[in-house]
Amino acid sequence: MEAFADTIIPGQKRSPDDRAIAGAAEGGGAVAAGALELLRTPATGITAGLGPLAAALNAHAETYAAERGLDLDTDVPAFVALPFEHRSALVAALTTPGHPEKDGWVLLALFSNMAYDSAAHMSTADALDQGHPGLLSMGFAKPDGDGLWRFPRYSYGRVLARPHPSTTASGSPR
Amino acid sequence: MTSSPRTDVVVVGSGFGGAIAAYHLAAGGAKVEVLERGPWLRGTDFDHDYLLGKSYTRVFDFVAGDGMSLLGGNCVGGGSVVYFAALPRAPRFAFERHGSIGRRMWPAAISRDTLDPWYDRVSRVIPVRTQDWSEVTYSGGLWAAACDHAGRTANPVPVGIDAAKCTNCNWMMAGCRFDAKRSLLMNYLPGALAHGATIRPLHEVQKITRTDDGGYRVHYNEVDEVDYRVHTGGGTIDAKIVVLAAGAGATPIILRRSEPELGAMPEAVGRYFSGNGERLNTAVINEDRVREVLGLDRGDGIAYAANQIGKGPVVASWDRLDENLPEYSRFSLEQLYFPPGLGTILAQAATAGGPAWFGVEKKEMLSRWRSWLTIFQMTEDDNEGVFGPPPPTGNAYRISQQMLGRGPLRYDPTPNTLRGWAAADAEVRDILERDGLATVLPWTNDVVGAYTVHPLSSCRIGDDPATSALDDRHELRGHPGIFVTDGAAVPGALTVNPALTIAALAERAMPGIVAAARARGVDVRYGAPLPDDAASSPVTAR
Ligand SMILES: Cc1cc2nc3c(=O)[nH]c(=O)nc-3n(C[C@H](O)[C@H](O)[C@H](O)COP(=O)(O)OP(=O)(O)OC[C@H]3O[C@@H](n4cnc5c(N)ncnc54)[C@H](O)[C@@H]3O)c2cc1C
Repeated sequence: MEAFADTIIPGQKRSPDDRAIAGAAEGGGAVAAGALELLRTPATGITAGLGPLAAALNAHAETYAAERGLDLDTDVPAFVALPFEHRSALVAALTTPGHPEKDGWVLLALFSNMAYDSAAHMSTADALDQGHPGLLSMGFAKPDGDGLWRFPRYSYGRVLARPHPSTTASGSPR
Repeated sequence: MTSSPRTDVVVVGSGFGGAIAAYHLAAGGAKVEVLERGPWLRGTDFDHDYLLGKSYTRVFDFVAGDGMSLLGGNCVGGGSVVYFAALPRAPRFAFERHGSIGRRMWPAAISRDTLDPWYDRVSRVIPVRTQDWSEVTYSGGLWAAACDHAGRTANPVPVGIDAAKCTNCNWMMAGCRFDAKRSLLMNYLPGALAHGATIRPLHEVQKITRTDDGGYRVHYNEVDEVDYRVHTGGGTIDAKIVVLAAGAGATPIILRRSEPELGAMPEAVGRYFSGNGERLNTAVINEDRVREVLGLDRGDGIAYAANQIGKGPVVASWDRLDENLPEYSRFSLEQLYFPPGLGTILAQAATAGGPAWFGVEKKEMLSRWRSWLTIFQMTEDDNEGVFGPPPPTGNAYRISQQMLGRGPLRYDPTPNTLRGWAAADAEVRDILERDGLATVLPWTNDVVGAYTVHPLSSCRIGDDPATSALDDRHELRGHPGIFVTDGAAVPGALTVNPALTIAALAERAMPGIVAAARARGVDVRYGAPLPDDAASSPVTAR
């Protein structure tokens, strides 16, 4: 599951011998952002499916490797053994319109992505306080002291275009 | 067997269609029960928080179909609680459209001219106002400046927002914490309550059957307030009139589920679904070029970098809303903010090949998130959506405790729709890629299909019984006493945001529905004054 999440939003390895995280990108990725915590949150509705999905993913990885004559290291699950570009190609295939299992893989991708871009397993203000890698990398602003966001400066404050000539009095198109 | 409670009118759903019907019928003297599947929240319940289980997931419904996913409200107030409150009227030509049936699809009685007085009424109640440029956010300003630079016009969009209260927090999809959004919790719903209507949250209607006296029995499940997959009970209510307003993604499903007992539904129930021709593009803005070419500066040396700041769409380009253009080539373009999560995943990175919605380049694109500008295209689609057999309950197989489900809609865009999307894509590119202002990439339809927040037409009005489910009074053909007043009734894509049109149609339908209720023995009169100007704080159950 870590390897899958890392394929969606890749990150740097936690240690030199990290296998699940392929190390395809700098900085924390979906795994560091808490993808596993999110996937294990009952509110997602997919916790019960994680075991079967992991097993299916490895089976797909074995077939994928066999079709291409790739030799997979058997010390780790088959999907983890796949190099990053092959993990990506397999995930692309599994989520392609028409793939019979697409729904399940899209859900997994959705939650992996959400761990990174919205930290849906934690309160957003806490996530920012704790240095959540996704929200910080995106530049998500910090809230005010009461945990709410306000942007007192929000406008260039000047006319920037001509309105459409046939705009009606209600401000709508004719 | 215990007898079923009775009332005059059951309204299903409390969004635009439901709230307006509930107000006028209650104000006219009828006994009205509103059954709403979602919870009942107010200002302080609306969190700034993406944590699952906060208001974001409580008030939303996201249903993935085949080729089209629907996002809508799931709470008292319906879509009005989660929407962006952009409230333009539909252009004149939208009512003259032929669409896929080869002749005018709207009823002869309805045109922009005949609807304008009804638009006026809703606009007074919400109230709708035009914005001035000083209120236009950085993203709206950037879009306007880019349009102007490309020789186009751009308009501040009429909205239902109290500018004095708005903090430009951009959390408005989670419900407005600051009571700045004039949702239905501020006007029609408090009006309905003041006249004695009852609103029952967490009551999901499943089907309608007939009673011996020629009325209808509405069957519902009670839904757990945390885990919407769990039903905590159920029951029925009998009524002389039923107003269905569960939204275009749910109303036809309730009717189809009712078919075995109610009898055959018109062919058009659950057909001709339109996503309002919706499509999105994400532009990654080149900050330097924005400063150099457009001369924009926030005052602190930053040119834009303001994706998170604002309040949904504030500026639109209406240049292609031209009645002289052929059908399927007309569209509007509106700048928009979609928060992270469901929206962000669909934005695609520019890659040399291979998948663009995930991976290394996508992560790089996310690191420039503050410089995103999302453009929302509303085109003329072909009403090609069709609902399959209803799921066991509600309108979807629920996956998550809240928000996420899998529904029976199939949407396979026709060449007409695809052409409209392509023309809109090209226009966005022409405006935003000009002089290196941005790199524009469409959202991918590969992940969850096309994506609409404006579901329409699944149960539409019309004069032709073969292609419309409702007559021009919104009565379900062959089932007198059942009315549909939500987005399902709108015949086709509008090329602009639809809520004001849905609301105007509901207002227009009311005299007829009141007359029908009277004919069925309900002591009700039409003509109550409109509900008071927006309340300063929303109504709640507490
Ligand atoms: C994020 C977002 C932004 C939007 N922004 C804009 C905008 O700026 N401008 C605009 O014009 N439009 C906007 N819209 C669209 C607008 O909200 C809808 O067009 C409008 O709310 C539709 O009104 P309706 O009455 O058809 O249905 P809704 O408002 O969706 O109301 C239907 C209600 O029925 C309830 N319901 C469903 N099934 C059942 C059942 N079985 N039993 C009981 N209740 C049920 C739902 O929970 C909901 O409350 C936006 C929508 C979204 C999601």
